[in-house]
Amino acid sequence: MAKTESTFKNMVLSLTLISLVSSACLGFVYELTKKPIELSNLSKKLDAVKQVVPEFTNDPNKEMFRLPTGEGDSLDIYPAKSGDKVTGYAVSTFTSKGFNGKIYLMAGFRLDGSIINISVLEQKETPGLGTKMTEPAFKDQFRDKNPDTFGLKVKKDGGKVDAITAATISSRAFCDAVQKAYNTLKKGGLL
Amino acid sequence: MNQFQNLTKGFLKENPILVLVLGTCPTLATTTSSLNGMGMGIATTFVLAGSNAVIALLSGVIPDKVRIPAFIVIIASFVTIVDLIMQAYVPDLYKTLGIFIPLIVVNCIVLGRAEAFACKNSVTSSLIDGIGMGLGFTMALGILGAFREIVGSGSIFGHKFISGDGILVFILAPGAFMALGYLIALVNRIKKS
Amino acid sequence: MEYILLVISAIIVNNVVLAQFLGICPFLGVSNKVNTALGMAGAVTFVIVLATMVTYLIQVYVLQKLGIAFMQTITFILVIAALVQMVEIILKKISQPLYQALGIFLPLITTNCAVLGVALLVIKKNYNLLEGVVFGGSTALGFGLALIILAGIREQLELANIPRGMRGVPISLVTAGILALAFMGFTGIVK
Repeated sequence: MAKTESTFKNMVLSLTLISLVSSACLGFVYELTKKPIELSNLSKKLDAVKQVVPEFTNDPNKEMFRLPTGEGDSLDIYPAKSGDKVTGYAVSTFTSKGFNGKIYLMAGFRLDGSIINISVLEQKETPGLGTKMTEPAFKDQFRDKNPDTFGLKVKKDGGKVDAITAATISSRAFCDAVQKAYNTLKKGGLL
Repeated sequence: MNQFQNLTKGFLKENPILVLVLGTCPTLATTTSSLNGMGMGIATTFVLAGSNAVIALLSGVIPDKVRIPAFIVIIASFVTIVDLIMQAYVPDLYKTLGIFIPLIVVNCIVLGRAEAFACKNSVTSSLIDGIGMGLGFTMALGILGAFREIVGSGSIFGHKFISGDGILVFILAPGAFMALGYLIALVNRIKKS
Repeated sequence: MEYILLVISAIIVNNVVLAQFLGICPFLGVSNKVNTALGMAGAVTFVIVLATMVTYLIQVYVLQKLGIAFMQTITFILVIAALVQMVEIILKKISQPLYQALGIFLPLITTNCAVLGVALLVIKKNYNLLEGVVFGGSTALGFGLALIILAGIREQLELANIPRGMRGVPISLVTAGILALAFMGFTGIVK
């Protein structure tokens, strides 16, 4: 094939054409993947909700509402209902006290305020140390505990939580996020 | 050179990471486990094969002086396609690899192959070259990831085989540098003998 | 105060090369001599600050306005490539000595993933324009710091007796690893 010469017209023309064709392709792929991306984001939230609250018959995603924390921001609350009766709340909570930035958790509470289960949505803690917060060995100690009576602090700070070895800051942050979720529900008059 | 040699040269002889030492950023960043490393490798392979083929197809039409910007547009398009597809179908992996997916654009391997191979060869050879190089890249990432995962957290492909911790430093940044350094030294040694 | 933390965090705690693995190609490529390292660091700082500013404005006022945020990668890389070209031309016109000092490094910068990486991180972390520029500038300083330290060590290494298989890239990588280990000592000083 003869090489196209580098005249001004040729350069502008070829670049414009390539850009146009690739933008069109991208637009097409974007439309194609838009739905699956939304779905996977939604189902991820729903999976987390399913892990932390009892059986429900409603669609918590649809009934999600926000409650102010009293510290200037607000948290997403997902009510779990069986029939018309609320059985528990899943709270999408976070803390900025993590070792490497924010930690996002989904915490499930019964109506009496006790914790059902906790699931870690997102964290950037040190691999092998702080990341152990995702393992049952750490987070199962919160199960069935009520933050009112159970000291939601690591033992070093006078609470009852066994911190992860060599990751006290991450453990503290975890407690902080759970406490924030509990306080928010309490303040909102839901417990 | 026949097509088979064309495919396999990327595995060891011209392995992009272990011999040419290109594309080190994603190599170090994404190999905290073997699966992450290989996920990154496969995404890069797709971009390499696709952009190589398209560039080979268009190389006669693109004027020489605007060659590089044209290549960049083509490569960036493939990267965005991979980005969107991964976001839709493997959201967990997408999250782990994070910013390194869009950064495939500036992976020296991709532009390097476009410059050195695709714009001088036929579409088929370029496609095979892209796949070969991509697989070589994937292989190196897989090996490095497996090594770091075995030593660093005592597991392989996510399955734990020792209880307790491994040598944590290999999961962290310093271990990445050192592991790659020793791996390249090993390949140097093998190539010499 | 916030800005000081941002600067410290970007320069030493989350050092762009040693903790985030961005810009490793030039890190290994031009760290033979302290002088070249200084030149590269200067050029990178210049381009990163400029690129962060321009890509931020484009993201906010063009891509988000038009709802085509998925064109981010392709737009950013083109902007950076064009910017590098422009800087090269302008530098050649206005300051010969500066051009001679930085000129040879400029073409290499387009494919330096630190530049595109910082531009993407600024958007991802939801910084505002000023924060973005401060973040970009200090990231670049961190890059320069790592580059110059490694270059200093490598100048000494030339005199050392190194096993043949380890010469060149492998020993530089191992050195960088030890350097990264030292920098890890800073984690945790910024919350």
